[in-house]
Amino acid sequence: MPRLVSHPDEVKIVSRRFGQGATDIDKYIELDGYKAAQTAIEKGPEWIIQVMKASGLRGRGGAGFPTGLKWSFVPKQSERPKYVLVNGDESEPGTCKDHLIFLYDPHAVIEGAMIAGLAIGSKQGFIYLRGEYRYLLKIMEKAVSDAYAKGFLGKNIFGSGIDFDVVTQTGAGAYEVGEESALMESLEGKRGVPRIKPPFPAVVGLYGGPTVINNAETIASVPHILMMGGEAYAKVGSERNGGTRLFGISGHVEKPGVYELPMGYNLKKAIYEVAGGIRGGKNLKAVVPGGSSTTVLTADEIEVGLDFDQMGKAGTMLGSGGIVVLDETVCMVEFALRTIQFYQHESCGWCIPCREGTDWLKKSIGRLHAGGAVDKDIDNIRYLAENMLGRTFCPLGDAAAMPTIGFVKKFRKEFEDHLNGKGCPYGHAQEREAALV
Amino acid sequence: MADVTFTVDGKKLTAPAGTLLIDACKAAGIEIPAFCYYPGLSLQGACRMCMVRLEKVPKLQTACTTPVAEGMVVHTETEEITQGRKATLQLLLGNHPLDCPVCDKGGECELQDMTFKYGAGESMYVETKNHREEQQWSPVVYFDRPRCILCYRCVRVCGEGMDVWALGVENRGSSSVIAPNGGDHLDCEECGMCIDICPVGALTSDTYRYQTRPWEMNHVGTVCAHCGDGCKTTLGVRTTADGSEIIRGNNRDKSGINGDFLCIKGRYAFDFANHAERLTKPLVRQADGKLAPVSWEEALDFAAQGLREARDAKGGKAVGVIGSNRTTNEENYLLQKFARTVLGTNNIDHHRTADYAAFAAVLKGNSGREASLRDFATAPAILLLGNDPTEQHPALAWQIRTNVRLNKARLYVANHEDIKLRQQAKAAVTLPQTGYAQFVEYLAGKDGEFKSDDATAAFRDAVKKEERLLIVFGSELRGREIQSLVEFGLSLPDVKFACLGDYANSRGAADMGLLPDLLPGYVPVGKAGQFAGEYGSSLPAEPGLDLVQMFDAAGRGELAALYVVGANPVARYGVDAATLKNTFLVVQDMFLTETAVLADVVFPAANFYEKSGTATNTYGDLQLVKKAADKSGVRADFELIVRLAEKMGASPKSMVPFGRGVRADIGQTRGAQSGEADRHAVWLAANDLELKLSPFDPFAIFDEIQRLVPAYNVPRLNLLAGNDEHVKSELAQIDTGATRRDMVLPANDGLYTSGTLGNYSAKLKEVLASNTTVTKPAETAAD
Repeated sequence: MPRLVSHPDEVKIVSRRFGQGATDIDKYIELDGYKAAQTAIEKGPEWIIQVMKASGLRGRGGAGFPTGLKWSFVPKQSERPKYVLVNGDESEPGTCKDHLIFLYDPHAVIEGAMIAGLAIGSKQGFIYLRGEYRYLLKIMEKAVSDAYAKGFLGKNIFGSGIDFDVVTQTGAGAYEVGEESALMESLEGKRGVPRIKPPFPAVVGLYGGPTVINNAETIASVPHILMMGGEAYAKVGSERNGGTRLFGISGHVEKPGVYELPMGYNLKKAIYEVAGGIRGGKNLKAVVPGGSSTTVLTADEIEVGLDFDQMGKAGTMLGSGGIVVLDETVCMVEFALRTIQFYQHESCGWCIPCREGTDWLKKSIGRLHAGGAVDKDIDNIRYLAENMLGRTFCPLGDAAAMPTIGFVKKFRKEFEDHLNGKGCPYGHAQEREAALV
Repeated sequence: MADVTFTVDGKKLTAPAGTLLIDACKAAGIEIPAFCYYPGLSLQGACRMCMVRLEKVPKLQTACTTPVAEGMVVHTETEEITQGRKATLQLLLGNHPLDCPVCDKGGECELQDMTFKYGAGESMYVETKNHREEQQWSPVVYFDRPRCILCYRCVRVCGEGMDVWALGVENRGSSSVIAPNGGDHLDCEECGMCIDICPVGALTSDTYRYQTRPWEMNHVGTVCAHCGDGCKTTLGVRTTADGSEIIRGNNRDKSGINGDFLCIKGRYAFDFANHAERLTKPLVRQADGKLAPVSWEEALDFAAQGLREARDAKGGKAVGVIGSNRTTNEENYLLQKFARTVLGTNNIDHHRTADYAAFAAVLKGNSGREASLRDFATAPAILLLGNDPTEQHPALAWQIRTNVRLNKARLYVANHEDIKLRQQAKAAVTLPQTGYAQFVEYLAGKDGEFKSDDATAAFRDAVKKEERLLIVFGSELRGREIQSLVEFGLSLPDVKFACLGDYANSRGAADMGLLPDLLPGYVPVGKAGQFAGEYGSSLPAEPGLDLVQMFDAAGRGELAALYVVGANPVARYGVDAATLKNTFLVVQDMFLTETAVLADVVFPAANFYEKSGTATNTYGDLQLVKKAADKSGVRADFELIVRLAEKMGASPKSMVPFGRGVRADIGQTRGAQSGEADRHAVWLAANDLELKLSPFDPFAIFDEIQRLVPAYNVPRLNLLAGNDEHVKSELAQIDTGATRRDMVLPANDGLYTSGTLGNYSAKLKEVLASNTTVTKPAETAAD
C-alpha cells in the first residue's frame, strides 16, 4: 500500500476515509457511507442536480466541465437505456489520485455512481479501471458484491423500488481510452478509438444510450457534496471552482504524495510547504502543473492559484492535478523527449496529425538530444507541434503538442545547447536513453 | 428535410438540413479535399484534410462530419486552412516512401494530387522512415504499408459495402496497420473493391502491379463480358506487338449502372484473351481427319460451300444455328437474319439461362414495369425469389446491400438455400428446392400445396403491404410461374420486376430472336410480315427446332449442317461426339472447345472486349460495347457472318444496310482511336451523321434493329455517349398465353467461374483454387 501523506493545510473531503479501512462495507457505513444515496433517493433527481450545480464541482479528469450541468443535459425521456460510466482510466503521467480512491474508498465510487444514476434516471452503472489497475479490480469487485449483498445494489435498492446495477471492467492498457468516447468504444469491446462528436455522450453514449461519464474523483466527491451541501462545498474552493481536489505532487520534492487541497491553493506553497520543498536543497527548474499534457511552468511562474481559471490565465492548465516538480539537474530536452515518447506510444493512430506528428517529434527530439540536430530542427519541432495543435480528432494530439511547444518556447536555450554534435550537457544521455527506449 | 441557407466563402447556399457540409459544398462546386471521406461509407473524421472554419466556433471543424445548419457561415480556403492542409500532407509524407516513380498509383494518386495542390513540396523529414515489408494477401491483393495513409476506406468498403469484413486495423499509433482479419490472408470474395477505393498505391492488384504507368494506357469504357449484370467497366489497354491488350479492369467511370462496384471477374478476368490456347488461325478438317490452319479465304470458302450444299440438298430444315450469350445484340440479330434469310431456317437457338420469353409475354403492355439495375439502389422494398446474387449477380447484391444500408430498404428473401443476402433481409422464407411455384401461388393468396406457417404468413402480409415493391427472381421460376408471379405483382401499386439470367448478353440473345419460334422483339415466326418486307425475302413461317431437338435431329442423321457461334453446346448439354458425325459443323470461337474440336471449320473469333456494338443486361439495360483490345488473327463474329453470307451468294448490303444516310463529307471527322470511339460517335450523331460506311459496322444494323424492334427504339445519342438506356419491355410483340417448351438450363456460375471464359482465365482458376470461402461447387461447363 502506498504511504499516505498529510499536511495541516489539507481539507479532507474526498480523502476523508483514506486509511480508515473503508474498503470494508460495514466500516464504510459506520463512516456515514451510503447515507447520501439514501438521502438522494428520498429527495429525488431535481434536488441532486440542484445541489451538484450549487457545489461548483468541475470535472476532476482535467477538462473541468461543471458536473451538475453535464448531468442536466441528459434527456429525461429516452427510448434506449441510460448509463452512468465511471472513468477510472487514470493514465495521465504524473497522476495517481483515482488510484487511491479505488484502493481506500471503493464504496464512494459505487455510491457516487448510484447518485448519478438517480439524478439522470439510469439503472446501470459501469466502473471502468485502466488496464494497469487490474490489481485494484479485486477491491472494486469485492465492494460491488458486498453492496449487492446488503441490497444497496440490484433490484429495489434500499427498499426504494428503484433498481441500480453496477458492472466493473478493465481496459487493455491504452491512455487513449481515458478519452470518454474511446472509453465507451473500449467498453463495448471495440478498438479504443474516439467517436465523432457531436453527438455527445449525454445524448448518444454507451450502446447508443444517453450516458453520464465522469472521472472517478468527481464521482467519489458526489456523496460528500450531498452530505455537506452544495454551497458549503463550493465555499471551500475558489471562485467558480468549488471544493477541494486531490493533487499528486511528485518529482524532486522532499515529501511527494497525494494531498487534498482546496481549489485555488497557491502552487508555490503546495511545493515548498505542503510537499516540503525541493529535495536536497537544490534549485527548482520547472513544474508540470497538471499532468504531462499541460504546459510547463518555469520556476518564476509558480506564484499561481491551483484552479481551472487561474491556471488558464497563467497559460497552462489545471489538468488532472498531477504536479511534477523538476529541479536544476533535469535536462529539459530529455524531459520533452520522455513526454513525447509517451504520447507517441499512446497515440491511437486514428488521425494523421497525431499519429504522424507524435512519431516525427519523438524522432526529432531524440536526435536533437543525442546531438544530431542543427538550429533549424528546433523550429521544425515547434512547427510540427503547432501544426498538430487543434487539428487532431481528439485532445490527445493537443496533449502531445502543448507541452512540446512549452518546452521549446520556455527552454529554447537548453535545446540550443544540444546542437551541432554537442549532445546532452547533463551528461547522462546515453544511459537514460537506453533505459527509456 | 427542410432546406437551410448558409454561407460558404461568401456564397449563399441552400441544402436540405442534415446534409454534410462537404457534400453541400461539392454540389455547389466548392471542393473540400478529403482522404477518408467517401460517400455512402461511415464517417471517420480521420484525415483532417477537410477542416474548415465555422464562424463562432473556436476550433477548425471537419466538413465531412458537420451537417449544414441555418445561418452557418463557413470559410474553406483561408490561409489558416491551407496551412493546416499543407501541414497534414507534410506529416503524411514524413513516413511515406515517396516511391512515386515506380508506384502503380503514380499519376492518378490522391496524395500526389493533394500535395501538388497544397504545395507541400519541400521535404522537411530527415528521420528514419518506418518500414514494413510488402505483403501478398490473396492471389490478387497486395498491400504495401509504407504507402498507406490509413484512411480506412478499404476496411469500410469491405465491411459495410461488401458485408465481408475481411479487413481491420492492427496495432496503434504510428505502428497502426491495415490487416486482414484472417491473419496473413484475406477471407473474402476477392472483389478488389479495396484496391479500387485506395486513394494511394497501398493496395495493388496482382494483374496490374508494376505493369505500366497509368498514362501509357488508353482507357476504354465498355461492358463487362461475364455475368448478366452488365457492369460498366473501364479497361486499361496498351499496345502490344500483335494488337493491344487489356492490362487493367477497374471502375473509373462510376456513372454506370453498377455505381462504384465491380467484382473479381470484371476486375481481373480479362486474361482469357491472351491464353496460350487462343485460336488465331482458321482451321479446316483435312483429309486425314485432323484440323489444320488454312487461310481465311480457304476457310470461308469451305464453310460457305458446306453450308450451301446442306441447304441446297436438304433445305433449310436440315440446317441449324446455335448462337451465343456473349455476342453483341447486332451479332445476334445478324445471326438470326442470316439463319432465316440465307440458310432459310428457323432452326436457331442458344443456351437459355432464363425464360425471357415468358417474362416478355407477361410484361407486354405494362409500361415501365421492368426494373433497371439502377432501381435496386433506390427501391424502398425488394422481394428476391430464388438465385444467389452474391455468387451469380454480384452487382445486384451490391446494389441491394447499399440500398438496405443507406436507405433502410426492406429486403424479402425466399430461397431454398441459406444465401448470404439473408443477412440484409427484413424477412426470409426457406422454400423446398421445387417449392417456388407453390410459393408464388401462396403469395397470390391461393393457399394450395404450400406449407404455410405464421412466419410465411407474416412474410406474405408484409410483402403485400409494400408500395413500390421490386420483385426479382432467378431461373427457379419459368413459364407459367413467371406469369403467376408477375400477375400477382401487378396487383400491388407501383411494382417493378427483374428476371435474372446468367451471361453478359443472355437477354440480348433472346431479345434478338435467337429462338426457333420468335423473331427479334419476340415476334412469332408466323407473323414475320414486317421483317420479310425489310429483308426483301420471305421467311420460314414454321417454328424451327430448338437446341435439344437439333441435336436429336443430328443423331438421326437429319441435320446436314450446324453453325455454332460463340457457344459450346457439346460440353454444356453433354452431347455425344458421335451425334455430329454426319453433320457439317462450322464453329466460331476463341478456343478449341469441346464443340469446336468436332468441327469441320473453326474460325478464331474476337471476344466481347475486342468488338463494338450493344448489349442488354438481364434487367433490360441497353449499353454500348466498345472495342478495347485487339488481337491479330481473330475476327469479330459480325464480320464472319457477313462474309459467310456473301460467300453463300447474299449481298452484303441486304445483310447490313450500310452506306445509307451518309450526307456529309466524312473527311471532316477524324478516325477514332481505341478509347475514343464514343467521342467520335457522339460527334457524328450530333451532326445527324452515323458511321455506316462498312458492311462490318454494327451500327449500320442497329438502325434496322431500332426500326423493327420497338423495344429497342431508345434515344440513340445517350446510348452512344456511353450511357445506359432501358429497353421498352412492354413493346414485345409476343403472343401472350402461348405455352413453350421449358428450355432453361441455368449455368450456376459462382463468383470465380464464368463458363468458357472462366475456364481460360488463369487468374480466376488461381483464385478458385486458393479461396477458402467458396460455398458451393460451381459448374464449369462452358458457354
